Formats: sequence, structure tokens, C-alpha cells
Amino acid sequence: MTTLTISPDQDSAELSRFVAGIPLAEIDVSRPSLFQSDKIGAFFERLRREDPVHYCAESSYGPYWSITRYDDIMAVDTNHKVYSSEAKLGGIAIQDMHRDQSNLELEMFIAMDQPKHDAQRKAVTPAVAPSNLLLLEPVIRERAGAILDALPVGEEIDWVKCVSVELTTMTLATLFDFPWDERARLTRWSDVTTAIPGAGIVDSFEQRRAELIECAMYFKGLWDQRIDQPEGNDLISMMANSPATRDMPFLEFLGNLLLLIVGGNDTTRNSISGGVLALNRHPDQYDKLRRDPAVISSMVPEIIRWQTPLTHMRRTALEDSEIGGKRIAKGDKVVMWYLSGNRDETAIDRPEEFIIDRKNPRQHLSFGYGIHRCMGNRLAELQLRIIWEEIQKRFDFVEVVGEPERLLSNLVRGITRLPVKLHAH
Amino acid sequence: MIKVTFVAHDGRKLRVEIGEGLTAREAALFNDVPGIDGDCGGQCACATCHVQVDPAWIDLVGRLADDSMEADLLQFAEGTTAESRLACQIRLDARLDGLVLHVPEQQY
Ligand code: FES
Repeated sequence: MTTLTISPDQDSAELSRFVAGIPLAEIDVSRPSLFQSDKIGAFFERLRREDPVHYCAESSYGPYWSITRYDDIMAVDTNHKVYSSEAKLGGIAIQDMHRDQSNLELEMFIAMDQPKHDAQRKAVTPAVAPSNLLLLEPVIRERAGAILDALPVGEEIDWVKCVSVELTTMTLATLFDFPWDERARLTRWSDVTTAIPGAGIVDSFEQRRAELIECAMYFKGLWDQRIDQPEGNDLISMMANSPATRDMPFLEFLGNLLLLIVGGNDTTRNSISGGVLALNRHPDQYDKLRRDPAVISSMVPEIIRWQTPLTHMRRTALEDSEIGGKRIAKGDKVVMWYLSGNRDETAIDRPEEFIIDRKNPRQHLSFGYGIHRCMGNRLAELQLRIIWEEIQKRFDFVEVVGEPERLLSNLVRGITRLPVKLHAH
Repeated sequence: MIKVTFVAHDGRKLRVEIGEGLTAREAALFNDVPGIDGDCGGQCACATCHVQVDPAWIDLVGRLADDSMEADLLQFAEGTTAESRLACQIRLDARLDGLVLHVPEQQY
């Protein structure tokens, strides 16, 4: 394998030339450093053009297929009878779920096939159903306003810490009816769940395991309080009182919780940060927003496309099949790169541009499609709409004043620090 | 042209016309019928085009087939009834001229 050394200040033409020089067979888009340095786009661009269904024979995650075009991704995502999400086969991320000795054998409905998936998912969907979101909206708006009102104008602050993390954690705590003063624990557990040992969050799989068990015990306490109580409309009460979920084995209980925590936390957090960054990189779009705040409703899905908070989802082939003219063998690992599909010019007009009033802004891959499509999509959009409406009421400009720092991960497309200065109207 | 009436949750009626061969999703989207998003572009993959077919029309439109992707998706939608379908799966032909579809209160 050629070693890749990519310096952060390399310009994009230089990067493209560099990427063009790598033998196709040696391209491995799973390297977390490519996401952290935000150079991954040039690799996906080449794969979409030259080898949209690409086989990588050797990587830290073993051999895998990369699906990089919109239509092919849609074909895999909607064919859940052939492309399995089952945890025991590896699950839903390029990193196998159950193959690491010291890893917990978590079970969660996102990493299950039918019919078990359907029953468990149905048990929790009411929490994010439109009718429940109507009740949540005023609560989220009040909190978003309070967060923004507390920020200093004209001073450098970290937007991720002060706004993105705060808002999503508060929303999650509300959904779980989680003890309010302890809600920072949710952020920690979310980070720990997706952490690679040694990348700055946990030092070892053992530490990760210990913290996740602590999380489970904490929730077990809440669960025991709420089981057999007249049904509350928080997620814990719903799971504790639904026949599909109330007798879950421990690792299934923990897995589903973590799924909801990560699903509700990491993703929207990064879209809130990503929106600020995108608007700063496209000042003409920021002007458009200043002129007409009504454009927020189409800007929200555009932000979610632009950021693509989860870079990929993975499936395992249950039988021999074909995608884009390539033979996929039974047992193969198939990675759908949503981040690449969302930049595919054959499906999305001028995909590299951030266009807040684009046509069909909702037709992006960030939520996935088919039976595993993100169930919190409306809640994510609601939070983004509210925060931007409240920002526009207060600030003329959220100015990015330094380079963003990004997460070392090939799954969560995370912004870990974003220095900004606020300008009042 | 085929005439389709969308009935909103509050009872308001929207009458639209659309060329034969297109789907009820297009009829809604081209005419800005609120409440039908159709995120996946009509691929039967997102369930954001849920409609309840008026009982008088359901047999002509056809009921949801068990074991179909459409049924798999609709089981997660809110407020489904025995007449629920995905608008992108209803192709409009001359027999359906005058079709009445009810829009649920909210979509996923
Ligand atoms: S438009 Fe997506 S299911 Fe009909």
C-alpha cells in the first residue's frame, strides 16, 4: 500500500492530482484521517467517476465494497431483503459490531432485520411522531432562545460547545425525561459510543465498555421507576411499556438506548455547526437568508445534505447480487457512502454548492431510505428550523473566525470546534 | 387530464389536474398540496407521501399489498388506516378521474 501523507494546507488542485495518481485498487476511503482533514471528497469524486462500485481488498476493516453514486446507494438501501443490517453479520457500520473481543455485543433495532426490527422500531416511533413534535416545539424554542440570549456578542466563542451540544442535549433529555441537571452525561455517552479507542475520547475498549455499562445501569434505574406506570410519552416509558421492547435482554436494552442517544445527539449537533460553516463559506447565501428568513424551511434540508452527519451505513449481502454491473458475493461488506451520494452530480444539481433555496432540497441521502430510514428526521429538522429562526431574530452574522476542528471518525462527520464571533443586528 | 381532489386534515379541498400516467405524488407536488413531501423522489423509499384513499375509491385504486415495500414503510407512519397508500405508488389513469385522497395531519 502507498502511504498517504496529506498536509492540511494542500490546495484542491494539488489534492486532485495526488488522488488521481493512486492506483484505483489501492484507494481506501475508510481511513478516518481523510475525514478529519476533510480531504475525503476528492477520493469520492474519483470513485464516482471511475469506479462507482469499488472493491477495496485490504483495509483496517477488512475487504469492503464502496457504493458512491446516489442511485446505487438507493438501490442497496431499499433492498433490505438482500442487504442485511443484522448485527451478528457485522451490523450497520464499516467497523464490525460483534467481532472485537472486548467489544460489547450490543443489539439495537437499526442493526436488525425484519421482523424484529419492525416491532422494536414501532415501539419508539411515537416519541418522534408529528403529534408529539407539536408538543415539543414550544419547549425546544424556549430553550434555544435561552441558549442564544446567554451568549456574549463580539467575543470569540466555540459554537459547538455553546450552542450545538447544548441544544441537542437538552432536546434529548426532554425526550427521555432525563434528570435535567445530569444531562451532560448523555453527551458523554453519545461520544463514547462512537469513539475509537485512542482517538481522544476513550483510551481503550475496556474503558468504553465500563462507561457504557454505567450508562445502562443509570437507565435501568429510570426504567424500573417507570415500568408499569401509566404511560408517559417519554422514550423510556414507551420502551418499558411496549410488548415489543419491555422484556428486552440487557444488551438489547443498552443497544437501543445508545442508538437513540447517538441518533439524537451526534447527528443534529453536527448539522447545527455545519450550517454556520456552510453559510460562512457561501456569503451570497447568507445574504439571501438575511433578506428572507422564510427560506429557512428549505435551508434546513440543504444543511442536512451539505453536512451529511453520518458518512455511511453498511450492509452485508445475504446472497450473490449485482450492483452497477459488479458481482457482489454473499457475505460481502457493502458500504453506502451517503456523503458521496449527496455530492453526486447525476442526482443533485450543482452538488458542491450550498444553495439554500434549491429545488427539491429534501431529496438527499442523509437520512437513508427504506425501512431503516432515520426515524428522527422530523425532530432533526425541527431543531434546525427553530435554532435558525431564533438566530435570525437576534444576530445579523454568526461569523466563523478560525478553522473548524473535525472528528477523527469515518462514520460521524463531526465538527468538534468552531470558533465564531456574534454580531447583533 | 385527470382530476384529483386532495382533502386536507381540516376539511379544505384542493382540486388539481394532472396528465395521465403520472402519480398522485406528482399531482400533489406539482400543485403544492401541503402535507405531501415525497422526499425520495417517488421511489417507494421514504413514506413521506402517505395518503388515505377515499373509501369510495379504494377498490379502484387497489389496496395495500401485504409483504410489499409499501406496506413495510407504511407500518411506521402515523395515523394510517385501512385505506392508506403511498401517493407515489398510485398511477393515475382514466379510471381514476375524479379520485379523492385525504392528506393525513402530518407526515414523517
Ligand atoms: S415519495 Fe417516497 S415513498 Fe412516496
